[in-house]
Amino acid sequence: MALKKRTIRTIPQERTPVEELDPAERATNFLEVNCGYKLEEALRESERCLMCADEPCVRGCPVSIDIPSFIKKIGEKNFHGAYDVITNTNLLPAVCGRVCPQENQCEGVCTVADSLEPVAIGRLERFVGDMAIREGWSNIPYIEPSGFKVGIVGSGPAGMACAADMAKAGCDVTVYEAFHEAGGVLKYGIPDFRLPNSTVDAELAKLIELGIKFECNTLVGRLFTIEEMIQEMGFHAVFIGTGAGYPSFMGIPGESLNGVLSANELLTRCNLMHGRDPEHYDTPLPPSKNVAVIGAGNTAMDALRVSLRLGAGNVHCIYRRSHAEAPARAEEIHHAEEEGIQFHWLTNPVEILDDGKNNVRGMRCIRMELGEPDESGRRRPVVVPGSEFEFEADLVVYAIGTNANPILGQTSGLKLNKWGYIATDENLATSIAGVFAGGDIVTGAATVIEAMGAGRKAARGMKAWLGLRDTEESCLGEPAPFEDRLLGLDPAEHDFALVRLPRSAASSSNAS
Amino acid sequence: MAMPGTGSNYEILTREDFSDVTYLLEVRHPRMARAAKPGQFVIVMSHAEGERIPLTIADFDRDKGTITLVIQAVGKTTREMQRDCLAGTHLHALVGPMGIPSHIGEAKKVLCVGGGLGVAPVFPQARGFKEAGAYVIGVVGFRNRDLVFWEDKFGAVCDELIVCTDDGSAGVKGNVTEGMRQAIEKHPDIDECIAIGPPVMMKFAAETTRPHGIKTMVSLNPVMVDGTGMCGGCRVKLDSGIKFACVDGPDFNGHEVDFDDLMSRLGRYREVEQKATARFEESCHMREEFVAASAQEASKD
Ligand SMILES: Cc1cc2nc3c(=O)[nH]c(=O)nc-3n(C[C@H](O)[C@H](O)[C@H](O)COP(=O)(O)OP(=O)(O)OC[C@H]3O[C@@H](n4cnc5c(N)ncnc54)[C@H](O)[C@@H]3O)c2cc1C
Ligand SMILES: Cc1cc2nc3c(=O)[nH]c(=O)nc-3n(C[C@H](O)[C@H](O)[C@H](O)COP(=O)(O)OP(=O)(O)OC[C@H]3O[C@@H](n4cnc5c(N)ncnc54)[C@H](O)[C@@H]3O)c2cc1C
Ligand code: SF4
Ligand code: FES
Repeated sequence: MALKKRTIRTIPQERTPVEELDPAERATNFLEVNCGYKLEEALRESERCLMCADEPCVRGCPVSIDIPSFIKKIGEKNFHGAYDVITNTNLLPAVCGRVCPQENQCEGVCTVADSLEPVAIGRLERFVGDMAIREGWSNIPYIEPSGFKVGIVGSGPAGMACAADMAKAGCDVTVYEAFHEAGGVLKYGIPDFRLPNSTVDAELAKLIELGIKFECNTLVGRLFTIEEMIQEMGFHAVFIGTGAGYPSFMGIPGESLNGVLSANELLTRCNLMHGRDPEHYDTPLPPSKNVAVIGAGNTAMDALRVSLRLGAGNVHCIYRRSHAEAPARAEEIHHAEEEGIQFHWLTNPVEILDDGKNNVRGMRCIRMELGEPDESGRRRPVVVPGSEFEFEADLVVYAIGTNANPILGQTSGLKLNKWGYIATDENLATSIAGVFAGGDIVTGAATVIEAMGAGRKAARGMKAWLGLRDTEESCLGEPAPFEDRLLGLDPAEHDFALVRLPRSAASSSNAS
Repeated sequence: MAMPGTGSNYEILTREDFSDVTYLLEVRHPRMARAAKPGQFVIVMSHAEGERIPLTIADFDRDKGTITLVIQAVGKTTREMQRDCLAGTHLHALVGPMGIPSHIGEAKKVLCVGGGLGVAPVFPQARGFKEAGAYVIGVVGFRNRDLVFWEDKFGAVCDELIVCTDDGSAGVKGNVTEGMRQAIEKHPDIDECIAIGPPVMMKFAAETTRPHGIKTMVSLNPVMVDGTGMCGGCRVKLDSGIKFACVDGPDFNGHEVDFDDLMSRLGRYREVEQKATARFEESCHMREEFVAASAQEASKD
């Protein structure tokens, strides 16, 4: 098909809008806000891509998804082909299409954005990911067992990605998770109205199809150590993806009052433990009418919007910098605003006020203004003298970041960096031979796509260390035509040892 | 989809009732029995809709591959477990051993104090000290003689044991601090004290040893969720700052702990918990009525 060269003037000028639930209505439930593109919408949006030769979007993507190529396949209605292109580099399109900060990545550098709104790359990615889940697609090649046993600690995106790559390379992979369910932050942190747990479960089911075993309720470091995994349990290599943790508090007066908690605690109680459904689940949530959340990252947005859905009348966001510096995804801030969250930019908490019975009565804050840029390039907020004010609150939620989780440092000889995160070299190898690490436990709190990228990078390092051929590119864009195939195999595939699990095994593990 | 790894793996082998509120569960988990050390705890979910609750590992048997939990029925979850966790049933989730193990140091003479249910968690430490060659003085306290448990088991790892009851129905009349005073008077050379029990008891135990300068370790029991340092729900206030009991503890120097803060924070979900307990009792009550009614029906036939 000869495609007429598209130009910025010939493409649909408006970014295709996506259906969203009505703000007033959705603020009372946990249904997903963004309904995703329908077929015609995805096709229309795919026409907005200019297929740039220099591919700025690919460079903007932390895992270099071949974006124009998958968008082209959507345009050709070759959706499975689009899925193949994405999953060459991104294991979790349905997840990343929903939660990546696209405006700082691919969409932020999209050529179209020079004069119009950028191509909605994230929505298109999600469209393909959701279709794959609906249609039951998964790229499960035939796996020649390599005889190596690989242990993965932590089942967040970093662990999932590393597990998948190592399973595809023929390793016998076991994932250990401390919680009673796998998925990491995707499960316990990010709420259903943004990323339904059923989507995470669908992605996990694909890993099980790859032959990966999950052992939940396993606190590595305490039940057995990293050293024991290598020396006694027969693992040839281990990947650590235990995530960040250890939420920070500020040290202002009133922090130990009842009604002060971390966003992680609120979200875990609500999401993983289903505290939002007290009729059926036992984990309590603090009752609250007026909530103040400190911070303006994704975690803060989730805590704000969860509080609203749990029935709070007034929900305040307290952030010491301005809107422009807020680290959350633009879409989340926009949705939070639509839902009626009250934003207090350039405001810093000074004290949490006591009702005399150890409960929170309110908060005292002070106004800030932006001063000189600091080392991160963001303008440093400085106090406006005499601008203190108080407001009413009965729940204060901290979402101001996390520190390194100490458990593996306490229980192994792993070298840590000066902030307590696990120290690695450029291939993500740690100080213990055969042990790799990646994701938030190496970088500090970051993003899903970066954690996933780290898991894959570590898998590459691990394969090199084990002496395995790199099986990364399991499917090239265009499968070879029949006459070019060798015994039915595509000679262009890097790896002939690609996996095809016996269907019976795959379906029985699927059913469990 | 139920993820693998959860459910039905953790069989309860033995169940023993010490009183109408205190019961013991011996659970099969060979790997944990091997890893467990004194002072550590587990997090349990009795069923898929349940809460995650922390419980101290009161004993472990490496040969049998079991760990022992001693539980006091205080609210919805622990009462429901009292009803449902019988020998042969399974726990939905069991994770651990969590927390930094107690430091069984060089101390030559130690005072091991257990208040009420606290007798169970202090037992493995007393045994650890005994095995390390220390002279162990045990002080255990209960409200009355009916609630006394593990007197023999505990006594077997102590060189001396003082039992106290609030009403004097067994041993010394008074609470554990009375027993502690007697022990300290008799043994001015005690190097270390371990005190575990309700927060208010640990507070007074720490006050009892403070004037004598005896190092006193307590095991704190704040509300927990994950037990992995991720939520901060378990944070406690020490002189040196905020710590997370699940990963920095649960043992801390009792002379540094702000017990009032701990006690106040333990009540933070009280309102919701009380409602849950009331609902649970209501449902038990209804069940009993139902059972009684069906029995009546049956007897009519
Ligand atoms: C509320 C919230 C919202 C977010 N929103 C976004 C977003 O919109 N977009 C985005 O890109 N990023 C977002 N992030 C960040 C993103 O989720 C993380 O960067 C990413 O999940 C990190 O992945 P990970 O695999 O390193 O760790 P995690 O996802 O944290 O997973 C680590 C897993 O390891 C387990 N574990 C820990 N210690 C042990 C142990 N000793 N033994 C066994 N298992 C262990 C943990 O229980 C956990 O399940 C958000 C984070 C939070 C908290
Ligand atoms: C490290 C640690 C070790 C523990 N060891 C034991 C033990 O060996 N045996 C035992 O019987 N109990 C132990 N506990 C306390 C036990 O976890 C609580 O009694 C239990 O969670 C109460 O749940 P519930 O639903 O039955 O009661 P609820 O109705 O929820 O609460 C009753 C009271 O128990 C306290 N409580 C509630 N939830 C928690 C929680 N998650 N953590 C701590 N306290 C809570 C509160 O003060 C509350 O007012 C321990 C707690 C910790 C932190
Ligand atoms: S930069 Fe934008 S227009 Fe260019 S190829 Fe990428 S998505 Fe298409
Ligand atoms: S229980 Fe969550 S941090 Fe300790």
